[in-house]
Amino acid sequence: MAEIEVKGGKKGAPRVDLTPMVDLGFLLITFFMFTTTMSKPKAMQIQMPFKDSTLTKEDQNKVKKDAALTILLSRDHRIYYYQGIGDDPNAPPDVQVTYFKDKDGIRDVLIKKKQTVNDLIQQGTLTATDKPVVMIKPDTNSTTDDLINILDEMTINAIPIYAVVDITDVDREFIAATEKANPQ
Amino acid sequence: MPKIKLPRKSTHIDMTAMCDVAFLLLTFFMLATKFKPEEPVQVRTPASVSTDQIPEGFLLITLDKTGRVFFAMDNLNDRQALIEKVSEDKGLNLTPTQINNYINGSSTGVPFSQLAAYLNATPAEQSDLDKTAPGIPTDTTGDFQTNELAYWIVAARYTNPQIRIAIKADGEAGYPEIHKVIETLGKQNIFRFNFITDMKGVPPGTALAEEQAGGAKAQ
Repeated sequence: MAEIEVKGGKKGAPRVDLTPMVDLGFLLITFFMFTTTMSKPKAMQIQMPFKDSTLTKEDQNKVKKDAALTILLSRDHRIYYYQGIGDDPNAPPDVQVTYFKDKDGIRDVLIKKKQTVNDLIQQGTLTATDKPVVMIKPDTNSTTDDLINILDEMTINAIPIYAVVDITDVDREFIAATEKANPQ
Repeated sequence: MPKIKLPRKSTHIDMTAMCDVAFLLLTFFMLATKFKPEEPVQVRTPASVSTDQIPEGFLLITLDKTGRVFFAMDNLNDRQALIEKVSEDKGLNLTPTQINNYINGSSTGVPFSQLAAYLNATPAEQSDLDKTAPGIPTDTTGDFQTNELAYWIVAARYTNPQIRIAIKADGEAGYPEIHKVIETLGKQNIFRFNFITDMKGVPPGTALAEEQAGGAKAQ
């Protein structure tokens, strides 16, 4: 018959080696570490009113051109943007390109826009109640990443009014014209 | 050095303390964590600076990068009412086992025509089926015939009209796909909903960072 080796000699209380117990404990810890999550998995979220039914065409026309910035989301995480809302066919806006960068990217554009609006309010061209308005128009070749990143930029830069609207053919023409002018 | 005898000490370590620590950690993990909910498809959500937590009991619409739509109700207790209503309205005549399978399963991504067959399968088979499931048909109309997602949402809100809706969309999902989901919600007059996102730190020097610093100081 096998004998259990007990350390500590035959006299006195037998001492049990606890090493396997510790192994078991850590094995169970590792199991729980891999199969569970600490917090509720859905921890972060963006909450925003999308296309509120109150933002109708009339409200859009009320947007003062000086306070507005239009952002077009395009392929490969490109952002085309122009000042105003681009509804004057005789004066096509100056469309520029930028990316989601921390420096010299869309964030700087938004910061500059806020500053411009503040300056115009100081000057008196805009009233004190006018705030920067951003129209976001995602193109069909943009991704969800682009959409969420631009909404995040709205929160990061504390833009008070923004809306996601459908892109128009006019905007698509702007994009096509800009791409043709700067083949990259 | 045969003459000098080095005093030998025992290399015995008393493992009791180590054992205590191990079981303490184990108890912490057992009490403070929940098992990860099964997901039919792996989705990488984009990151955002928002730190809001979504409360219990919401509708989860999952959008994977190919544009397939999956739907689930988070609250297990309400799932029974939902699936029974669906079964009745669509004439599926689901058996109690199928209903049970729905309650205990994860998101479903099959049209109503395949729902009965999907619920008949075991969880292992279901995860296999999820890989090739076509997703719930969605489009930009509010028509229940073509847009089954709209029907699911209406049925789920029947029991609880205030239920919140969360969209878990893969970052690479194209805009037309997410647009379909948003339009579907819009046709049901749902304009407030949430996107589930990963964590991202607030960039320093921005308006939001100053707001948060100001708020912290005010407190």
